[in-house]
Amino acid sequence: MKSIVIRGGEVVDATGTRRADVLVEDGRIAAVAEGSAADLAADVTLDAGGCVVAPGLVDLHTHLRQPGSEEAETVETGARAGALGGFTCILAMPNTIPAIDSAGVAREVLELGRGATCDVRTSAAITVGRAGTQLTPMAELAALGVRLFSDDGSGVQDARLMRHALEYARGLGVTLAQHCEDEVLSAGGAMHEGAWSSRLGVPGQPREAEEVMVLRDIALARMTGAAVHFQHLSTRHSVEMVAAAKAEGLPVTCEATPHHLTLTDARCAGYDPVFKVNPPLRTDDDVAAVRAGLAAGTVDCIATDHAPHAPEAKELPFDQAPPGMLGLETALALALTNLDLPIAEVLALMSWRPAAIIGADDAHGGPVAENRPANLCVVDPAATWTVDPGALASRSRNTPYAGMTLTGRVRHTLLAGEAVVVDAEAQR
Amino acid sequence: MTEARRHLLGVADLTADEIEGLLALTDSFVEVSRRRMPKVPALQGRTVTSLFYEDSTRTRLSFEQAAKRLSADTLSFSVSTSSVAKGESLRDTVETIEAMGVDAIVVRHRSAGVPHQIARWVSGSVVNAGDGWHEHPTQALLDCYTIREHLGGLGGRHVAIVGDINHSRVARSDVWAFTKLGAEVTLVAPPTLLPPSVEGWPVRVSHDLDAVLPTVDAVYLLRMQRERMAGTLVPSLREYTSCYGLTRRRVDLLGDKAIVMHPGPMNRGVEIAADVADLPRSVVVDQVRNGVAVRMAVLFDLLGSGRDLGGELDREGSR
Repeated sequence: MKSIVIRGGEVVDATGTRRADVLVEDGRIAAVAEGSAADLAADVTLDAGGCVVAPGLVDLHTHLRQPGSEEAETVETGARAGALGGFTCILAMPNTIPAIDSAGVAREVLELGRGATCDVRTSAAITVGRAGTQLTPMAELAALGVRLFSDDGSGVQDARLMRHALEYARGLGVTLAQHCEDEVLSAGGAMHEGAWSSRLGVPGQPREAEEVMVLRDIALARMTGAAVHFQHLSTRHSVEMVAAAKAEGLPVTCEATPHHLTLTDARCAGYDPVFKVNPPLRTDDDVAAVRAGLAAGTVDCIATDHAPHAPEAKELPFDQAPPGMLGLETALALALTNLDLPIAEVLALMSWRPAAIIGADDAHGGPVAENRPANLCVVDPAATWTVDPGALASRSRNTPYAGMTLTGRVRHTLLAGEAVVVDAEAQR
Repeated sequence: MTEARRHLLGVADLTADEIEGLLALTDSFVEVSRRRMPKVPALQGRTVTSLFYEDSTRTRLSFEQAAKRLSADTLSFSVSTSSVAKGESLRDTVETIEAMGVDAIVVRHRSAGVPHQIARWVSGSVVNAGDGWHEHPTQALLDCYTIREHLGGLGGRHVAIVGDINHSRVARSDVWAFTKLGAEVTLVAPPTLLPPSVEGWPVRVSHDLDAVLPTVDAVYLLRMQRERMAGTLVPSLREYTSCYGLTRRRVDLLGDKAIVMHPGPMNRGVEIAADVADLPRSVVVDQVRNGVAVRMAVLFDLLGSGRDLGGELDREGSR
């Protein structure tokens, strides 16, 4: 493997910021030479002038669609999109066809991930077939390395089953993640219920469909002592409830998506299903509250909820189209462009904090230091670019940011010492 | 409408002047309809396709009649007999129709926003003939025309729209049409049948029909969908009728000149008592009759650019 020196950048990690060149050899960081006098030699030099050199990003919420929906995405194409977005580790969601609810399917996904341009890890379902009635073989899945379980795409509706799942998970030391949605309350809803849905005549789902499950699972976390991770929180009250639960000392964490931090339900006005997502885009007030939650530390991380759908699926009538939007290739740039946070804080939200939640911090998100695994991203925070759906590496095109100009771009990504993205181009 | 307007997707997009322009144009076509030979060559050589994904009798027939009276060629695409039943996508269907060379697609669909989506895919005009709970703009135009015919205009008039507002595309069009033309609108319904939010709607809301009726110039009753009345939105049709139905007793609360409207088809005995529907103040039949002329005006406005109305008509109103 060729040695690489990343020259001229500013290293940013959980320990702080310093001007340094980074030498990568045999998959690991061989040297970090601080100061301007650095003189490291290697087979390949990657220019990082004006850039931030940081631990690779970690996404806790990626729909890779394989097995079952390869027309929308594959592990390979999703990982490529991830690498272009600066991610070195992505966590596959289990709502594939079949669901990742057994060791066999989990092994298949992990096998597909070998050789991909991200470290592909997998979550697994809480219940068999994500049907909400029977627990998956969590111990067997945990033995394969699964650290996060979720029925994502839907929430576990049965409170008693959720209680038992939490108790069982506590015994294994794994975390349950919840897609919070009371399906009775949300039934039929294709967008956020409010002024816009009322005007547009589109059936809505009220924010309370999310909030009652957040409330319930906080109670169950208190009851069982088990860790709960709340996925894609989207409302003011959800964030406030999690803040209160954390203040109480309960073992809860949560994530927010780039789209819930940047878009509102007003985008649905043209009935373009590219803006349909679940949980739905909410109001300005909710966006402000989720952003405030990030700044206050209530929201632990930004997770993409990258959800590819083939073009024909997004050409269905709005209420029939599947929810979801692409996220991997735009997440970092959106955060840098829209959130009024220093880049070190954005990186914390997208790298070391999510890494810790799924126990990936052995390889990802750790300090840029000698002998650490060389999973790195190099970000030019000043570069501007315009989102072109046709130019995305994802197999799908359903980005809600088409035509938008963003500031901040991933220049290089290194996975286990290999430059998988160089000058914003995927190398394989 | 303005030169730039290629589609009729909703009343919310129209200005008061555009609505007035269409009503003025409707006057001309009402005149055509009264002729012994009620047909003009205005849209000769143009093709109008109706694409109905949802059952409709009066709207579909009314559009087809309108197109024929304008001498347009008409194609009718009905879902049950088409490849849609074989699983063809909306976009493929629309592109197939467009490839046949049509100038306008009149679309009805059970999903809100489908006309907007189609409008992004085609080069011709799209006319919304009802999309989900969203809008039914030609219904609103014919309602305005009918009110004008009976009350002289909408300015300063008070209209109550009563019933299942939330699930009603008629209500979502009428609210904008009536208020843009200067009427006051009160929505009368139990909270379960109102939209979750009426923020930004230029209306008042009441749950007391008896209190509203003495103040209105027109009462507009919406069709109560029996299938929605499974007991979670209102306890029963009987209770609905007792609270919100236009019963014989309630008619006596109306002013002498007040009219009764309904988009049809009526559930006699539910939202409107059987004998009330047949009172002279009920203008339901006029609504249907005006529908053809209104739709002629809409089609001519979208497709007849640069043409005259044809026949002996003068150009007044065609702008």
